[in-house]
Amino acid sequence: MDTSKEAYWRANIRLVSGCLIVWFSVSFGCGILLVDFFNHFQIGGYKLGFWFAQQGSIFTFLILIFFYAFRMNTLDRKYGVRED
Amino acid sequence: MDLQTLTYITIGLSFVLYIGIAFWSRATSTGDFYVAGKHVNPIANGMATAADWMSAASFISMAGLISFLGYEGGMYLMGWTGGYVLLAMLLAPYLRKFGKFTVPEFIGDRYYSQLARVVAVICLIFISFTYVAGQMRGVGIVFSRFLEVPVETGLFVGMGIVFIYAVLGGMKGITYTQVAQYCVLIFAYTVPAVFIAIQATDNPLPQLALGSQLSDGSGFLLDKLDKTLVDLGFGDYTSPFNDKSMIDVCAITLALMVGTAGLPHVIVRFFTVPKVRDARISAGWALLFITLLYTTAPAVGALSRMNLITTVNGTDGSGTTYAETPGWFKTWENSGLLAWFDHNGDGKVQYAAGNAFDGNGKPVFNGELRGPNGERATSNPGEGERVGNAPFANEIYVDRDIMVLANPEIAGLPNWVIALIAAGGIAAALSTAAGLLLVISSSVSHDLLKGTFAKNISDRTELMAGRVAAGVAITIAGYLGLHPPAFVAQVVAFAFGLAASSLFPVILMGIFNKRMNKWGAISGMLTGLTFTLGYIIYFKGVFIEPFAANIPENWILGISPEGAGVIGMVLNFAVATIVARNTAPPPLHIQKMVDDIRVPN
Repeated sequence: MDTSKEAYWRANIRLVSGCLIVWFSVSFGCGILLVDFFNHFQIGGYKLGFWFAQQGSIFTFLILIFFYAFRMNTLDRKYGVRED
Repeated sequence: MDLQTLTYITIGLSFVLYIGIAFWSRATSTGDFYVAGKHVNPIANGMATAADWMSAASFISMAGLISFLGYEGGMYLMGWTGGYVLLAMLLAPYLRKFGKFTVPEFIGDRYYSQLARVVAVICLIFISFTYVAGQMRGVGIVFSRFLEVPVETGLFVGMGIVFIYAVLGGMKGITYTQVAQYCVLIFAYTVPAVFIAIQATDNPLPQLALGSQLSDGSGFLLDKLDKTLVDLGFGDYTSPFNDKSMIDVCAITLALMVGTAGLPHVIVRFFTVPKVRDARISAGWALLFITLLYTTAPAVGALSRMNLITTVNGTDGSGTTYAETPGWFKTWENSGLLAWFDHNGDGKVQYAAGNAFDGNGKPVFNGELRGPNGERATSNPGEGERVGNAPFANEIYVDRDIMVLANPEIAGLPNWVIALIAAGGIAAALSTAAGLLLVISSSVSHDLLKGTFAKNISDRTELMAGRVAAGVAITIAGYLGLHPPAFVAQVVAFAFGLAASSLFPVILMGIFNKRMNKWGAISGMLTGLTFTLGYIIYFKGVFIEPFAANIPENWILGISPEGAGVIGMVLNFAVATIVARNTAPPPLHIQKMVDDIRVPN
């Protein structure tokens, strides 16, 4: 693997690690482990912890994947590994 | 027009649509048959993935499951969506770059081992058949409930339809029918949800309605539901860990996430898009289309639970006389999904915590005999004891599936909406069944025949073998749906557990760990597989008597069999790493191959 491809792979790993930290924090963090704490807060009729478990984490997952896909397209161009 | 005719027309039209699409998108080569020629638009693939993924269980049962679990329902919601993050970032783009036809093919090539490939095929076939039996059954059940035909008839019709488009069109036919099926099922799911959301809260968006004030001025929906349930002796709806411990909720959620990412019929959908970057964005589209249903389901769950309580217990909370119960109560009683026994003899139907019936809580009907109030007579009423502070004992049995199936009737919606629900349930079941049957048939024709036992067959023969395998698989699936082995309900945990503990780790390590070799992968897969199977059988039986009671005191770290895939996965990673460290590294050309799949061009 040449150096630019190795740099691309490292950048990719950094991006994915960041995304997975968010992925874990919203679902397991806010939705399960700290749910009692977040349930002290209320948005509309939702207790916040309950909202994370049944709505919020799903929306966050969705944003994460689109964010990842767009960032990866940028990385593909930057490191000259874009297809076609 | 009466409901029956309307339902026939709606379902009939949807079938004509599916067959039309199948005819238009016939497969002409193995590439078409396995991966739709890799020409599928990423948005279309997202829709197809969503239909592929959302099964009869997601459509019919999930909202009911949530409505009875409350907060803990979140583990299904997060588990079955969070897997797409893993899929998009850790598997899909790299497997698309690898660019061949099946999941076992990747495992066989990456680990330069026919043995690894065959082990992967065994995992895949086991996972997929477990799943597909439930889908065929689902088609039969929808037919029998809405059209009052025997379950068998519905099942044969479903088999026939899947046969036409899976055998004829392969992946290409399946993809475009799944797109149509997604449209049918999401429309069928959201329309009644919007109606009941407006009725209860004046807010048309179910996602907001769940957090809104009730329109009768009695405060927030969730607060009212919490209070009502507690008054009836249930645990409250929104508080965590009423039924399950924190560690178990974590384990089940993670097992479902990882299992989702490791399910072959989902992974293979990302082989069908033209480019690596399409695979990434397509996972996003898939999750968007899934989110539409998955964020609606909790609202349907909470609203229908509330509706059920008010309808049964009446506005004054004292119960409703049997004669005054709405029509749907009697309809669903006739189909055996509802039952009433008048424990306190006041002639009123009352709903509270506790089982109204003995044994597993399900009613045993005395044929068509009727009780003193005209209700269906049952032979196993319980003691009729009150739970907690409830004002009366529970007198009814409610099957969870009613929450979605009877929702339009409970909310008093027009007949065409009910007909739509039937077509939607069938679409959900058929689309998932087709996807599963396709991965089964391609692993037989491509991995076992072409890849292992008959390497010299031509493309034409392989395509023929694929079609025959699909036909055989449909027949077996139909048989399993017709004669569901007693353990079918229990083995659904297998599918996710096995995918999480066998396939997901080896694919992941194949991409991210260049040092992982054939011995590590095979021993890891076998360890994960054996442990997870063993753990589930140990507590749940399946074929044999369970070895120990399925209670938290007996579980490892308090993790139930549903979450066992997580322990299996950790063992898989650990064993694979240790074995790989102590054996020869993979050959140079394999390391080059890993380098190659890591970059898109």
